[in-house]
Amino acid sequence: MAKGGKSTLKRIMAYVGRYRFPMVLSVIMAACQVGLSLYVPILIGQAIDLIVGAGRVDFTGIRVILLKTAAAAAGAAALQWCMNLINNRVTCRVVRDMRNSAFEKLNTLPLSYLDSHPAGETVNRLISDADQFSDGLLMGFTRFFTGAVTIVGTLFFMLSINVHIALVVILLTPLSLFIAKFIAKRTYDMFLLRSRTKAEQTAFIDEMISGHKTVAAFGGEEKNLIRFDEINTRLEKCSMSATFFSSLTNPSTRFLNNCIYAGVALTGALICISTAGSAAPFTVGQLSCFLSYANQYTKPFNEISGVITELQNALACASRLFELLEETSEQSDSGNADIPHAKGDVRFNDVSFSYQPDRPLIEGLDISADRGQRVAIVGPTGCGKTTIINLLMRFYDVTGGEILIDGQDISAVTRSSLRKNFGMVLQDTWLKTGTVRENISFGYPDATDEEIRAAAKAAHAHSFIKRLPDGYDTVIGEEGGSLSEGQKQLLCIARVMLRLPPMLILDEATSSIDTRTEVRIQRAFDEMMKGRTCFIVAHRLSTVREADMILVMKDGRIIERGRHEELLKLDGAYAKLYNSAF
Amino acid sequence: MLCAPLLGFHPRPHEGSAPRPRKGAALDPQPFEKRPAKTLTCVCFALISFFVLLPLAVAFSGNICYNYYNVPKEEIYLKKLLKYMKGYIKECILGPLFKLLEALLELLVPLVVAAVIDNGIARGDRSYTVRMCLLLVGFGAAGLAFSLTAQYFAAKASVGFVTKVRHALFKHIGELSFTEHDELGASTLITRMTGDMEQVQSGVNLTLRLLLRSPFVVFGAMITAFTVDRKCAMIFLYVTIILLAVVFAIMLICIPLYKKVQKKLDSVTLITKEDLTGVRVIRAFCREKEETEDFRKRNAGLCAAQEFVGNISLMMNPVTYIIINLAVIILVHNGALRVETGDLTVGEVVALYNLMSQILVEVIKLADMIISLTKSIACGNRIQAVLDTPSSIISGSGTVPADSGYAVEFIGAGLRYKDAAENAVSDVTLAVKKGETIGIIGGTGSGKSSLVNLIPRFYDTCSGEVRVNGVNVKNADLKSLRSRIGIVPQKAVLFKGTIRENLLRGNENASDEEIMLAAKTAQALDVIRVKGGLDGEIEAGGRDLSGGQRQRLTIARALVRRPDILILDDSSSALDQATDAALRRSLRETDFSPAVFIVSQRIASIAHADRIVVLDDGMVAGIGTNEELLGSCDVYREIYLSQLGKEAV
Repeated sequence: MAKGGKSTLKRIMAYVGRYRFPMVLSVIMAACQVGLSLYVPILIGQAIDLIVGAGRVDFTGIRVILLKTAAAAAGAAALQWCMNLINNRVTCRVVRDMRNSAFEKLNTLPLSYLDSHPAGETVNRLISDADQFSDGLLMGFTRFFTGAVTIVGTLFFMLSINVHIALVVILLTPLSLFIAKFIAKRTYDMFLLRSRTKAEQTAFIDEMISGHKTVAAFGGEEKNLIRFDEINTRLEKCSMSATFFSSLTNPSTRFLNNCIYAGVALTGALICISTAGSAAPFTVGQLSCFLSYANQYTKPFNEISGVITELQNALACASRLFELLEETSEQSDSGNADIPHAKGDVRFNDVSFSYQPDRPLIEGLDISADRGQRVAIVGPTGCGKTTIINLLMRFYDVTGGEILIDGQDISAVTRSSLRKNFGMVLQDTWLKTGTVRENISFGYPDATDEEIRAAAKAAHAHSFIKRLPDGYDTVIGEEGGSLSEGQKQLLCIARVMLRLPPMLILDEATSSIDTRTEVRIQRAFDEMMKGRTCFIVAHRLSTVREADMILVMKDGRIIERGRHEELLKLDGAYAKLYNSAF
Repeated sequence: MLCAPLLGFHPRPHEGSAPRPRKGAALDPQPFEKRPAKTLTCVCFALISFFVLLPLAVAFSGNICYNYYNVPKEEIYLKKLLKYMKGYIKECILGPLFKLLEALLELLVPLVVAAVIDNGIARGDRSYTVRMCLLLVGFGAAGLAFSLTAQYFAAKASVGFVTKVRHALFKHIGELSFTEHDELGASTLITRMTGDMEQVQSGVNLTLRLLLRSPFVVFGAMITAFTVDRKCAMIFLYVTIILLAVVFAIMLICIPLYKKVQKKLDSVTLITKEDLTGVRVIRAFCREKEETEDFRKRNAGLCAAQEFVGNISLMMNPVTYIIINLAVIILVHNGALRVETGDLTVGEVVALYNLMSQILVEVIKLADMIISLTKSIACGNRIQAVLDTPSSIISGSGTVPADSGYAVEFIGAGLRYKDAAENAVSDVTLAVKKGETIGIIGGTGSGKSSLVNLIPRFYDTCSGEVRVNGVNVKNADLKSLRSRIGIVPQKAVLFKGTIRENLLRGNENASDEEIMLAAKTAQALDVIRVKGGLDGEIEAGGRDLSGGQRQRLTIARALVRRPDILILDDSSSALDQATDAALRRSLRETDFSPAVFIVSQRIASIAHADRIVVLDDGMVAGIGTNEELLGSCDVYREIYLSQLGKEAV
């Protein structure tokens, strides 16, 4: 954070700069508000001085002063409210703007970034980091500013009333800061220990509760409890000391405050006594004004010291957010030509690719699939079958060679036009939270109801959709909600059916689907594949047998290729795979 | 009791002081003789009204807050939780008590200052002034000591209390059966153990430290004001009421608005999460623009809602500020009138002014505190609700013998999950000998896993019975029963630690040779090699392993205990077909020859079993070998065809 600190600030200014005018206004208001609110105790002091004693009260004077006081207080309150409104507005909008740019950024980031960063982490940056940044930075800034103005203002007023007492306050106040800092420093280690222990316990709880079935199956409850208690006891100890020692700050500073208060009362009273009757006496009213200052004076100091940690935290959040915003986007392809509706001839020419530069994965790969052919990709789990999909869809770009569609290099056309030529059904069924209708028309929002229905029927999804509580308007919850895996898959197929593109990428499900749905999905797949170039990550032998070409992959490489019979004759990896299955 | 002698300082200096002050006897007729008695009455009055009014105020505000947090009253279990406070009764009493003492000292400060003004300054008495200021320092020191003591007790009680509750809850969660775990859900239980505990701890701490203090200062300031001057004190009464009303009104308006904001925030979070998890689909369909549009819309809605609630909640400071200052103005004005008639001294006016500012701070603190207290109570209730959930499965006492005729017998067994309308499994009768391999096949929701879950008594049958080694599982000691069974669950779960620690969960006493043997059978030797031997560390949940690697280790874990019964619950799904086949071969060669149950949707995985159970919608559709079933069972044939194609038959 330290190294990026300065540039982070600059980048923050780019976002806040838009609200320059309200920010300046807010700063001016803050200054006026502080001035007025500091003026109130002085006025009250003056009023008190006019209450000399029984029968000697200057009522006209008092009324004038009190009216002034009311005006000052009202002014201060109004200014504070306006300032709050402005700050609130700016804060909300800066976060909104940052989130908008961050989200926009997400959609331009290459998949290599998204695949290597857990979704939760990125969501965190967009949601909580943005929140903490705005709260910490903007609120922190205004509090810091108000605090600073209050300190300066108080000093000014105190010095103008009486230098001696002002000195008492000025000299003693920093002590409370030292105490607070001293305690914070000493407790830092305790806090660190506590948060570490807590993290350890949370991780343990998380694991054991999530894995309860396994724990129960192997009778590990008692052992777990012993281990848990061990952590729990440690946590109790460090929690106790962290809680207690950190709570020392308030009473300690309060004690110091009380001492200052007593100091002011003492010097004030003594000065009062010694100047009584002189030409410019130090009055009781002025003393009461001082006392109220002394009461308030340490507050801005404490606030400022609190704000500093908050600011540091906010800066850290901001730099995490900016890290995301400054990731390199995918290369823009706005200058490229659109690929028209393709016929479906696909060629891989001497393609090489790797996820990590130092670990080559695919080298010199040639594939040619003519229009309407089926290419099945088989191999053990984790062998890199999805790599082919990634390259075809340009989720990743080849590092060498070229992929041609109808003779056109796909890296020379726009990604969107390329992707529109592919229909993709992945094993990992992803549906959006929204209605069934919205999900089917996901790729083609202008589709009519008839078209949507037709697509659903073609995907054999219509019958189950009809039975849903609100039919096509049934809202699907988070992660597919209450739909079964098979139903979700049918919706994904319907989504592609709505606008059948010339080329298909299918990832057959291995996961549990009930038999009848599976038959339906199979039929839907068959229908979809007619006359289209298909790339299928295959798990079913029937699919493999009917393929025009089988690519056998292992460890990211293609080790065998050919038709079913050819490969069986080869008696290599494919034959072994096939035979071991039966 | 404490303040009477302290306030005794007031009259004493005057008894002997000869020079009459400027203000003179005529203008200062009564106060000092009367004051001790007056102070005593006022303190009694303060304490009484404090203890009467406080519970009322808390009950009232608590009531309102409950309605906003949707906690029905009859669900307030909190009382039961308090039993874990048992060892900390001393702390619970002493903590607040010391806090009260501190507050009391704070209330006395303005009175001392008033004495300085009226006696010290007015009479020019320097030594009195010095003594009074030393008294202030003394108050401060005593306050510090009291407050530290209170903090100590509060920290000790709250941390200790929560440690005990946490232990109890963790133990209880471990004892709950699968039914309750399904019902409550892991994420809920984890929140109860972590976030809710945290909230309860800070709630207890806060209660012990502040619950008595803030109201005490507010009422105390009010009552002290009464002792100074009854007429002016009425202003205090009104101000306190108005302040409380304003603060609570703003809070109550804001709570539902904050909920709305939270909802909007959730929707923004959701779309972000979906954008990330569905990135391939979104890009494949070229929907980036629409998603961004949608996000902008939701984000704008969130921003507007946040701004709105912010504008209201930010009124709190200016409004309370103006109320207090108006009150001060009225106070000074009325004070002036009272001084004019000789009923009040200047010092007393200053004292009232100082008391007024104390009220404001404490009212706001009180409001904040009540909000966070209600949250803590809600969390406490949720914790207690889990503690009140009984386990639906109570262990029997019979030990399960090593051997008998049948390893597992289902006798008309049925299972219905809690709150389900229909049975998950109905009327299964099957007897399995040691050494036999049983395949179980059927679609999702056909009851395959439910059936095998009956064997280790993860769930109870609703009809019929299940016997293991001849003993009805309902009569068996759970530990003894489960020690006979090796289970490989659907979801391969590993724990943070070394491979050895993980595999030893299967059998604590296994030697390294036994572990390696089990790993060999489970085809897991290469996983162990990749990780650098048995001491290789696995991350939480086995994140750093592939699905297949995890699965092979979980199989090895089940084999380490050399079980009589081995259950593979769809556990080969993450294995490729070759590994799956090798595993099945090596299982047949084990020397302890367990009864093996293989649950799968893949025909290939179960085709070679001695017998295959075909389940359809919880009912047995057929039992027999591959060949028999192809001939006699329609469901089986359908599955077979869909997976292998026509030619394979």
